[in-house]
Amino acid sequence: MASVANSFMKLFRGSSADPGQATGPAQGGQRLSRRSSGLAELARLLASEESLCVLDLGSTSPNNIRYLTERGHKIYSEDLLVASTDPSLVTKDEQGNLILDSKKFLADNLVYPAAQFDIVLCWNLPDYMDESLVKPVVGRVWSMLKPGGMLLAFFHTKDAGPDAPCYRYHIVGTDTLEMRHIEARREVRKGPSGVVHTAVGGGFRLQRVFNNRHIENLFRDFASIKFFLARDNVREVLVVR
Amino acid sequence: MNTPKTPEFAHIGRSVIIKGELSGSEDLYVDGQVEGTIELQGNILIIGPNGQVRANVNAKGVVVEGKLDGNIRATERAALKKSAIAVGDIVTQRVSIEDGAYFKGRVDIQREGAKVETKSTAAPAAGTIASSGVAASAGSGSSAGSAGNTPVTEPKKF
Repeated sequence: MASVANSFMKLFRGSSADPGQATGPAQGGQRLSRRSSGLAELARLLASEESLCVLDLGSTSPNNIRYLTERGHKIYSEDLLVASTDPSLVTKDEQGNLILDSKKFLADNLVYPAAQFDIVLCWNLPDYMDESLVKPVVGRVWSMLKPGGMLLAFFHTKDAGPDAPCYRYHIVGTDTLEMRHIEARREVRKGPSGVVHTAVGGGFRLQRVFNNRHIENLFRDFASIKFFLARDNVREVLVVR
Repeated sequence: MNTPKTPEFAHIGRSVIIKGELSGSEDLYVDGQVEGTIELQGNILIIGPNGQVRANVNAKGVVVEGKLDGNIRATERAALKKSAIAVGDIVTQRVSIEDGAYFKGRVDIQREGAKVETKSTAAPAAGTIASSGVAASAGSGSSAGSAGNTPVTEPKKF
């Protein structure tokens, strides 16, 4: 009986979202720690007794799942950056330029009822996502957030430079994030819709730098916006619907 | 992870395609294609690296190394290995997700004491065979709705 139980446990070894268990090694990427003022603001909301509904739009993170579920919240995970590399999204505009089909993207992703979420974690998504998808995604997120719901996003300043690495963010404390560089993955793999993803091959590149006015315009439908300046050439933005 | 060496596991090899309902009372390793539902109450399901499952799965433990499009209800644990591509909701007591795994859906942790409901996530098909082994019953095999358009809060239909 003990051997059966042991072999059962073997199947589940690896990084874990179980309380008290250590996470496995990073996937070849360096780990950096950073303090997040935006997360600290959110932590007050997350500490509430009420069960919240949280959407994480970053890379799938066992840490985030553990952190949130331990506190009784429901977490939804959807890696939009990977989803945006789906080759079937590529289409041509009237001038024949290659663009991404934002309507198809929103038909395949972020399909949730209106006003479902209390918190949406965007992390650095707007900086690395294709230009054509950013506004439609923010519009969809607005409709998915409850009134009073919060969104956390990070924006690089121009000092970060065009080669600013793309990180995945793991919550490790009420105001602390662990950042892991998203490594270049050369293998071709099939995505959730069955099509082949290849765009991760060179890693994700910074697409643009938003200045404060751009950010305010991007979130103009929201009720309020709060900026937190950090030392690492990143502005944290907390917006409230 | 390699194919488990334990003799308790029933195997569905990589060249096997099953459409319908799978149910049984022994551990199951799927490295082929399954479309429908998988019911292994009290047992373990492993979807191997070549496995492609479009089904709601219900088991004591679920390990995904390949591709799963469907909801997971695991009474004890669910694990997504780094090669996993999983689209659907997970309801379980413990979940582990390796870095590199792709997951799209909801995680609902049912703490011990609040037992995960083990009722089927889909209505049983007529003619379902349940035995001491793993049984497959032929179904229509048709799917309703795509993964992307199905709200993740509702059971998926296959």
